[in-house]
Amino acid sequence: MPASANAAVSRSVAGLSGESIIKEINASGVEFVISVPDITTSEGLLRPLAKGAGPRLIRICKEDEGVAICAGLAFTGKRGVLLIQQTGLLDSINAIRGVAVEYGLPICMMVGLLEKEVGVMPRESKRYGVRIVEPILDAMGIGYHNIEEQSDVAKIRPAIDAAYKASKPTVILIGQRPTA
Amino acid sequence: MIDRKEALKAIARFVNDTDIVLPVYSTAFDWIDIRPNPLNYVSHGAMGLASSHALGLALGRPDRRVIVLDGDGSLLMNLGTLVTTAEAAPKNLYHFVMENGTYEANGGHPIPGKGSVSFAGMARSAGHKNVHEFSDLKVFEQQAGAILGDPGPTFTCLKIVSSGEQQRDYSRLHGPHVRQAFRDALGAK
Repeated sequence: MPASANAAVSRSVAGLSGESIIKEINASGVEFVISVPDITTSEGLLRPLAKGAGPRLIRICKEDEGVAICAGLAFTGKRGVLLIQQTGLLDSINAIRGVAVEYGLPICMMVGLLEKEVGVMPRESKRYGVRIVEPILDAMGIGYHNIEEQSDVAKIRPAIDAAYKASKPTVILIGQRPTA
Repeated sequence: MIDRKEALKAIARFVNDTDIVLPVYSTAFDWIDIRPNPLNYVSHGAMGLASSHALGLALGRPDRRVIVLDGDGSLLMNLGTLVTTAEAAPKNLYHFVMENGTYEANGGHPIPGKGSVSFAGMARSAGHKNVHEFSDLKVFEQQAGAILGDPGPTFTCLKIVSSGEQQRDYSRLHGPHVRQAFRDALGAK
């Protein structure tokens, strides 16, 4: 186990508003959210979206489906966001490799970090399944943004816009449960 | 059993210049010679995902018919797509599966469940209402036009055999020029 895993330092962070995240998604011109449920984003994001708070929700069975659905949408000029858990991200690595990275497509993934400690950066988490996420994205050459507290929400729209402008994937890591 | 090229020719007779078609692997190499068109979407990035790309295209362009020419091994890698598509229910999506019971592009090994699995049955159980299955070319030729003329989503299993040796130049499927041509033909930035 890396030394950093034992040296996790928790910092005090403010809460995170799901409503503000959905506003950013809407402001980004996203017309579809494609999702497998994730407990981190369940109440603050997915449930309001299911009630019609934003883009059309497409429920999928497995996360790699969503990578391809977002690709198809991108070719039509429509924007999608794939709302999943990091376990689904890890399960979809080959699809992300082939579709998003090698084809250079703007696949935007919003990823809830299951079991990440609030106030601890993902790379410093004591949870193996959390602390490997950023190094894997680094290895794949995929940019990512940590959304841990309210002031981070302003990163979302520029991240989505930049992904479409550059035709590259991006990952938005949700580090604590947003409030509804 | 239906010769694959003959099945594809039967489909091609009812495909127009604005339709988007997603053929996979061995079917793709036959199809792109039968219907050479930049609206053939042949870059899927990972095995099994063609029908999911198709769902995105169908949702994004409801004014176009989107036709998937899938393989049985490919569909087995992404069975959830049957449920997802049935629920999303795009009226412009037509999913054909070429069932030959083998991973033809990967050495011809048998698929799990060869001869016993029912793809049409799985589609029905997944919630698809328009499901067809054909093993006779003449019967399929008679009905192909109606299948593609009715609203989707539609699932059709074609029991086929390979049409023989192929020249498989994968740059014709995965080359960046193919995706750029598709993008240009579709007219989206």
